[in-house]
Amino acid sequence: MSKAILYDSTLCIGCKACEGACAERWGFPYNDRVAAEERISAHKLTTIEAHGDKFSRRLCLHCAEPACASVCPVGALQKTALGPVVYDAEKCMGCRYCLQACAFQVPSYEWEKRLPRMRKCDMCYERQSRGEPTACAAACPTGATKCGDRDALAAEARERIAAKPGDYYAGIYGVKEAGGTSVFYISAVPFAQIGLRTNVPQESLPTLTWRVLELVPDVVSTGSVLLGGIWWITNRREEVAKAEGKRK
Amino acid sequence: MRLRLPKLTIWRAIFAAILLSGLYATYLRVFYGLGGATNLSDRFPWGIWIAFDILCGVGLAAGGFTLVAVVHIFNIERYKPILRPAILTAFLGYSLVVVALLYDLGRPDRLWHPLVMWNPRSVMFEVAWCVMLYTTVLFLEFLPMVFEKFGWHRPRAWIHNISVPLMIAGVLLSTLHQSSLGSLFLIVPEKMYPLWYSPTLPAQFYVSAIGVGLAMTIFESWHSSRAFGRALELPLLASMGRVLAVLMAVYLWLRFLDLSHRGVFGLLFENRLETWMFLLEIALMAVPTVLLFNPRVRFSPGALYACAVMVVFGFVANRLNVGVTAFESGSGVHYVPRWSEVAVTLSIIALGFAFFRVIAERFPVFERVGQALPPANSRLYETEEERIEVG
Repeated sequence: MSKAILYDSTLCIGCKACEGACAERWGFPYNDRVAAEERISAHKLTTIEAHGDKFSRRLCLHCAEPACASVCPVGALQKTALGPVVYDAEKCMGCRYCLQACAFQVPSYEWEKRLPRMRKCDMCYERQSRGEPTACAAACPTGATKCGDRDALAAEARERIAAKPGDYYAGIYGVKEAGGTSVFYISAVPFAQIGLRTNVPQESLPTLTWRVLELVPDVVSTGSVLLGGIWWITNRREEVAKAEGKRK
Repeated sequence: MRLRLPKLTIWRAIFAAILLSGLYATYLRVFYGLGGATNLSDRFPWGIWIAFDILCGVGLAAGGFTLVAVVHIFNIERYKPILRPAILTAFLGYSLVVVALLYDLGRPDRLWHPLVMWNPRSVMFEVAWCVMLYTTVLFLEFLPMVFEKFGWHRPRAWIHNISVPLMIAGVLLSTLHQSSLGSLFLIVPEKMYPLWYSPTLPAQFYVSAIGVGLAMTIFESWHSSRAFGRALELPLLASMGRVLAVLMAVYLWLRFLDLSHRGVFGLLFENRLETWMFLLEIALMAVPTVLLFNPRVRFSPGALYACAVMVVFGFVANRLNVGVTAFESGSGVHYVPRWSEVAVTLSIIALGFAFFRVIAERFPVFERVGQALPPANSRLYETEEERIEVG
């Protein structure tokens, strides 16, 4: 069963308990100064953003087919069967292609360190594999962040919208975005108004590069026959010319 | 015996200044990390070290595989005199790309990781392998110059035996990774400005790399003829100019088709940075293309050289636009490279010129005919000589 997170912006009161719990779980310092930062970074993997009287939460969306994992040249990022996209810092060589490729601008880099790592939310992989909820969901006092089975959460989101159509914008962010994610957003207003990127392609992003990459064996096999053939023909011509020259 | 200090010329002074600034930038990079040496950020993770040092570095070295294909696979023998300089340029180019990677990678000590940690779905993985293998091929293609210099006939003959498969491998590897540098960007359709994002980026990158490879060959022949007092192989270069004109025409037509099929011509009427950068890039390629169709331009060394330089600059503008300009609006931050990023890049270019000169002077890179000038004659070229160091 694949795990997911449902964030309901209408229930969020902006208390930032999720931020604190997340920092504690990662062992990052958390104080008023960090709390005031409204952008995720290498020392703050989730953040609450205020958009007027509405709130929004930033964290890794754990795509079903993550661009970051597909572009990583050393396979440091993996989509697990459990749902979270996890990162192995021991493999990472720091090309930062994951930062470049992520449609949601999630991964952060430890720019100031001599031996830097990429940093991003891992949906509390080890907590979830023990069957516990994520630290953020456990800390949320209002149920705005809820953790559970992906299909069940999608159904619940649909139910909440259907039950109070006046309170919700009719849509679930994360169902189609980038081919589907493991974090869903529902909100009272269109998603652009709570700072979510709405120009994200509605298809699986790794297909865009795979379409070209899968041609590599064809290029190699066809190319070597073609080039070898051309070499054989052009040099044969020369041999013939030489042989005829000798005969004269 | 009197100790003679090297003569201080303006080009040597510039060369030294560039290397000194590069050294200081290296210190910043090593001790203060990427954050201390670059203006990169989470929202703008790739800067000019990728867009110039890697994308342009690999592209500008494309003359190596192009001429190997022309001379040894298509067997067009008359291009042979410019083959070795092209191989040397390519070998130096790729070596310097590896140096640039040591700066750009967050963990340069893990450069070898793609050798043992595989992800065949990653374009970067494919590029890493191709660059690694092709640099090896280039080294083997360069080795005969070393063997000839020292008169080692047996290893020379050994390399000759494997030369055909080696050259075919080199052309294939180049085809793959020159185009794959374009494929790197296929995964970010919504982040890139529509003038540059295109599903045809791999094809665009491949064709323009072959074009700029020829332009670089003309460029280096012109410089080395001045620096080493060789006669310019003008008829040869002029016929290359003709091929270049056709290639660039094909390339520009590809770009036109791409823009029209994606219906983005309307963007050209918007007064913004992207429009002007795009027009600059296209102009730098279109002007020499048109000029090169004129035989008077092709047979005038100065004009031919100017056209080659324009193509090179147009190519550089294109790669910088794809790697940097295209991301300015979609990323939400404004990136301008820090001085230390520029210093490292300039140092790498300067080292490229310097190594080329040092090797070309000591190894049989150019055909012997041109090298047999008396010393008195070569002094005439001394003032020009310094140019090659920094270009």
